[in-house]
Amino acid sequence: MKCVWAVLAAMLSLPAGFAAAPPAIAIRDAHVVTVGRSDLPKGTVLLRDGLIQDVGPGIPIPADAWVIDGAGLTVYPGFINGLSTWGIPPEESERAPAPGTGQHASEPRVKGPEDRPETNSFERAADLVSPSDKRLEAARAAGFTTSATFPSGGIFEGLGAIVDLTGERGRDMVITQPIGQEVVFRVRGGGMGRSFPSSLMGNIAYVRQLYLDLDQYKRAKQIYDGQPSGNRRPEYDHELEGLTEAPRLLLPANEAQQIDRILSFGQELKVPFVVYGAHEAYRRVEALKQANVPVLISLKWPEKPKDGDPRERPDFRELQMRDQAPAVPAMLAKAGAKFGFYSDGVDSAEDLKKAIKKAIDSGLSRADAIRALTLNVAEIYDVSDRVGSIEKGKIANLVVTKGEAFDAKSTVEYVFIDGKQFRPDKNGAK
Amino acid sequence: MQRIFSWACLVTVTASLGAAETVLIRNATVLTVTKGTVQNGSVIIEDGKIAAIGKGISAPADATVVDANGKYLMPGIIDCHSHTAIEGGVNEGTVSDSSMVNIKDVIDPYDINIYRALAGGLTISNVLHGSANPIGGQTVVIKLRWGKTAREMIFEGATPGIKFALGENPKRQGYPAQSFFNQGPAIERRFPGTRMGVEEVIRQSFTDAKNYQATWREYGDRVARGEHPIPPKKDLRLEPLVEVLEGKRYVHAHCYRSDEILMLIRVADEMGFKIRTFQHVLEGYKVAKEIAEHGAGASTFSDWWGYKIEAYDATPYNAAIMARKGVVVSLNSDSDELQRHLNLEAAKTMRYGGLSEAEALAMVTINPAKQLGIDDKVGSIEVGKSADLVLFDRHPLDGFSKPLKVWIDGHEYFDRDKDLETRPEFERKKKALEEKLKAEERSGAEKQGSENASEELRLRSEGIGR
Repeated sequence: MKCVWAVLAAMLSLPAGFAAAPPAIAIRDAHVVTVGRSDLPKGTVLLRDGLIQDVGPGIPIPADAWVIDGAGLTVYPGFINGLSTWGIPPEESERAPAPGTGQHASEPRVKGPEDRPETNSFERAADLVSPSDKRLEAARAAGFTTSATFPSGGIFEGLGAIVDLTGERGRDMVITQPIGQEVVFRVRGGGMGRSFPSSLMGNIAYVRQLYLDLDQYKRAKQIYDGQPSGNRRPEYDHELEGLTEAPRLLLPANEAQQIDRILSFGQELKVPFVVYGAHEAYRRVEALKQANVPVLISLKWPEKPKDGDPRERPDFRELQMRDQAPAVPAMLAKAGAKFGFYSDGVDSAEDLKKAIKKAIDSGLSRADAIRALTLNVAEIYDVSDRVGSIEKGKIANLVVTKGEAFDAKSTVEYVFIDGKQFRPDKNGAK
Repeated sequence: MQRIFSWACLVTVTASLGAAETVLIRNATVLTVTKGTVQNGSVIIEDGKIAAIGKGISAPADATVVDANGKYLMPGIIDCHSHTAIEGGVNEGTVSDSSMVNIKDVIDPYDINIYRALAGGLTISNVLHGSANPIGGQTVVIKLRWGKTAREMIFEGATPGIKFALGENPKRQGYPAQSFFNQGPAIERRFPGTRMGVEEVIRQSFTDAKNYQATWREYGDRVARGEHPIPPKKDLRLEPLVEVLEGKRYVHAHCYRSDEILMLIRVADEMGFKIRTFQHVLEGYKVAKEIAEHGAGASTFSDWWGYKIEAYDATPYNAAIMARKGVVVSLNSDSDELQRHLNLEAAKTMRYGGLSEAEALAMVTINPAKQLGIDDKVGSIEVGKSADLVLFDRHPLDGFSKPLKVWIDGHEYFDRDKDLETRPEFERKKKALEEKLKAEERSGAEKQGSENASEELRLRSEGIGR
């Protein structure tokens, strides 16, 4: 045991993994990967009041600080999941069916865009997150402290938030919001589904229509506010308000032609956007780089389907995708394109580690991998002033490993979130 | 099936890169379609265009020379009715009028059917929304530039279209009793359920479009007067219909029966728009005069019918009869398979109806080009037109003929010999990749196994166990 206070915590019978907050914590003489600046082979990180009070080699350790001996330990900024529902308990997101999903026969059929199908643009992840989400423990065990969390369900999923993966209550988790609006294309019944839209082109047309509506809504409000007298007031529009607030749009594109499509569609919508998915981005590295659009790469690498027909022979493109998708991060890094990772349903600590390791094995440098899990995501969401690197004044989110992160034999020893220490349960964190 | 993808991949790269070179195709039987046949002729391609046609003409020294050895050169085949290369659903069948959706948004340039069609001499497709609703989605004309992006496949300058559909398909009400193919929950009935209803949807949509047009005109007038009114909403459903009213977008109307063909002509006259083509139009022979008078074209099938009630009263003479009555007629595929041998569909009009060779070839070249409004650029071998060409080993109207080479804009996009040559190499590559992935899978599983074992050991040694 490296520190006495973990034992103390156990004696006080606090919830497993958490310790009573000491006034300050110093991780002394550890290998510190700051990400923002150069590595410190022997540095100390001082945490107080949920913030990084100081970092550097040989900084003085205050008398009230509890000390962790950093020998043999590496300190990284806490990992940030670029896009997930972490923090929103799955039962919470299933609670209300999105209006117009057409999944329930009792619901009226959606007759067109005017019925605003599957539009939850006004939902706020910040209002839905709760520390009771059982996935958080595994996430922390994998070194994640933070997530760009979005509600799920619908074509417009709602407004995301940057959340910390622990807290007393949901509201403690929220770092900032809204950070964006996530779009998912819901292709159902090959276009012959029950409610509009059910084809890909229908989904695209709907998103396009909503942004045209938004344009008009903004202009109408502006004109009306300038001269209310003699003009009919524009109707308050719940769904469009959700879009107005989003500083960026997250658009899905996995295959090469989808990337082409989304790059031009995003530009057409005239909103800042992020592409997520990107497994076939190895065919579009240059295009992504030139478009200067950030990319969130799914960590759910394409694989042979578990229960697939063994006689089935996938086509060459599919095989190439399985082979090359994990090399996408390395290729984007080499090209200098901005990218981060997102969990895409991979929730267990072991699988997350394995997935990231696969990218490293496919040529991504460890430094770039760490950056893609920290500062890059923070920059994509414009929150690098508070998270994403080990820097004085930033939120005290850290992950401390024995051995280098993602080495087969490395282990996550501590995770700090808002300065609160968490020790992964090595047995339970699967 | 699998095999065909092989050469596709490898040939792509050679086909599509770089500026178009100068090519001399000599010793060919040149079937120009519009200007007769040139025996032992030559065609020179410069900058992607046909620069010269004739006998004994010479090309610059740096030209690539293709000796056709008397084989047959014809214009690239054009399909006026295709649903190829559409990603994520051919229909937005959930609504009666889905004119807000656009096929242009969902072209999948990796669809192998593009390459297979190319191998059959097809160079241009009019890619249409399906026929689930009276007014379907917007359509797009593509050139089969295999290996390029979706955007690069779009035929620049071709007038966009919109799909209409009459009769049984749209009146199936979105498949009432059950959902499509009995998947998922039962589907509520969707208007319309009758041919009357189909007519009503079209009339209503154009009425809406006219009101919409008027609203925007009024807004424009007020702005012109210096007022600052609140702008009306842009409506993606009505915008394309206004374009139809303004003659900027072509209507391609799926139909079978003569009564509904006349119905649409009446509605079009009443609303003030033109139908560019009637599609399938199996009973067109009954109302060919009226179709010709309206100025519409007809894009039909050669000799297949009877697959549903409205398709019974048909004849293989349909194309020839309509052509003789002055209708511009084309033969379409409506199918990823049939699009690979439209030349043979054309040949059937000689058997049924006694059309000449040139007239038969026109059915899949210059006539569909006219129907799509691109006949000034493609559809025949004429100086100044795009070098979209197919070299056949026999006369293309011969049942045993097959394409040897296909050019689009002067680029070679298909070469049968190269294709056959690269197949073994491709198969080898694919096998190697399969082996590699299998090996990775095995080593992953082993590693996993040993990791689990060592983890268990560690836990046991710590006296924890599981």
